[in-house]
Amino acid sequence: MPAAGVVVATGAISLDHARAEVEQLGPVVGFLAAVLVLAHFCDVEGLFQACGAWTARWSGGRPARLLTAVFALASVITAVLSLDATVVLLTPVVFATAARSGVRAKPHVYACTHLSNTASLLLPVSNLTNLLAFAASGLSFTRFAALMVLPWLVAIGAEYLVFRWFFARDLSTAAPGARDTGEPPRLPLFALVTVGCTLAGFVLASAVGIDPAWAACAGALALAGRALVRRRATPVTVVKAAAPAFLAFVLALGVVVRAVVDNGLADALGRVLPGGTGLPALLGVAALAAVLANLINNLPAVLVLLPLVAPTGPGAVLAVLLGVNIGPNLTYAGSLATLLWRRIVHQHDHGVDLREFTRLGLLAVPTALGAAVVALWGALQVVGS
Amino acid sequence: MRVIVWLDEGTWPACVDAARAHAPAASEVVLLHVSGPGVAGLAHGAFAGLLGRAGSEPDPEGRLVELGRASAAELLDAAEARLGRACTRLERAGRVEREVVAAAEGADLLILARDGDRSRLGPHSLGKAVRFAVDHAPCPVLLVWPEGAPDLTTMPPPPPHHH
Repeated sequence: MPAAGVVVATGAISLDHARAEVEQLGPVVGFLAAVLVLAHFCDVEGLFQACGAWTARWSGGRPARLLTAVFALASVITAVLSLDATVVLLTPVVFATAARSGVRAKPHVYACTHLSNTASLLLPVSNLTNLLAFAASGLSFTRFAALMVLPWLVAIGAEYLVFRWFFARDLSTAAPGARDTGEPPRLPLFALVTVGCTLAGFVLASAVGIDPAWAACAGALALAGRALVRRRATPVTVVKAAAPAFLAFVLALGVVVRAVVDNGLADALGRVLPGGTGLPALLGVAALAAVLANLINNLPAVLVLLPLVAPTGPGAVLAVLLGVNIGPNLTYAGSLATLLWRRIVHQHDHGVDLREFTRLGLLAVPTALGAAVVALWGALQVVGS
Repeated sequence: MRVIVWLDEGTWPACVDAARAHAPAASEVVLLHVSGPGVAGLAHGAFAGLLGRAGSEPDPEGRLVELGRASAAELLDAAEARLGRACTRLERAGRVEREVVAAAEGADLLILARDGDRSRLGPHSLGKAVRFAVDHAPCPVLLVWPEGAPDLTTMPPPPPHHH
């Protein structure tokens, strides 16, 4: 945020451009706040705990079956409630589920981290990168989903095959007679119905031409309102769930990136970015986006690339999304910039086997990304852009 | 006599059974569990990749460390019950294979289970951590097959003679 102040104060970006950027990002940030609140109160309603208990019962202590269940669960949670929900709320539940089932947790926690990226392709709400691209693409909510459903399924399928092979040894190990998976969980009916209605609201809103953010807003208000009435939340916790500091960060980041783009990055990237919407061009755009995401993190990457590809049409915008969403699985902490920053700021050893992390990424990212781009190209032919 | 039994998720019952069968009645049995930091670090990395969320949302790493501690205690409870005799519990945290070797210092026997590909006889039946512990153990080692050993036909044919 101080950086945003600096670029405005030094004239690196004109006040008009800064204001235009903030006005453009405003509705996106509102949408994001609603999704964050929705996910938070789904957790308060016990949705994630119930999901953990269901996967434990369905898998019956068999590690490969548990991995399948975790893949399904993490894919749906990421698509509907965003990648934040998977990373922050679902990962601990999956870890606890694996431990309770007598199964090694590593493949399942890896699945959560990979799918929080790879499975965030489906809906505009799944990832902040999508919300930004959605605003720039001119697509309707349903058209976005219709074009992305095939790439989403194909990318998840590719990850699944890589995981089954990569973790074959861990997935063959389970303590016999794993402990009982406990009582059947209480069905968090209100949360499920609210999320279902919100999804229906997205479809309906885009059919009649209303901003789908209102549907997210209604869902968030329903869940937060119920928590307030039942005294499980206070107005302060509702505001905190919307992560105001993060929302402000997104606006500030938009201004900083706009300043950098205005000052020459656009020309430089414009020269290497392939034009057109054929399969080779889409592959090139997605690969460039993935590389950029691994260097500078995917939020700045998508902010940089969107103005450059938006004139080419929705196909190129969605190819950028495939790159910036799947790409971060290659680098621990999502990008070299974050990794270096954290290395410098916190001299803290997290004990992650970085060679193993990168080996998995080198297998999974090109496989999932390549297959997803081909699927997107196919979807563009069938659905039409 | 001091017998260290290294218990790992998924394979621990076989180690406890080996201790019941092979540790002399007068020996001191130590049930060892080591928590590696890797899995919680994965969750931390995923969170660090979410730009701008630090401070607004909780880092899942802390929750995973806490859950890991609880599940290690449950594992040791279950192992103690299966062993059915007096024993010492030892929980360590750090690089798993190195902690195991350090814990085995001065012991008379280390019991551990193969953690690799157990479908055939051969070197791949040892994963990285067990391989390290076997190679560096400062005491005698009892290496068990968690699900019983595969039969001899799984052994690769001998290499041809060169004269």
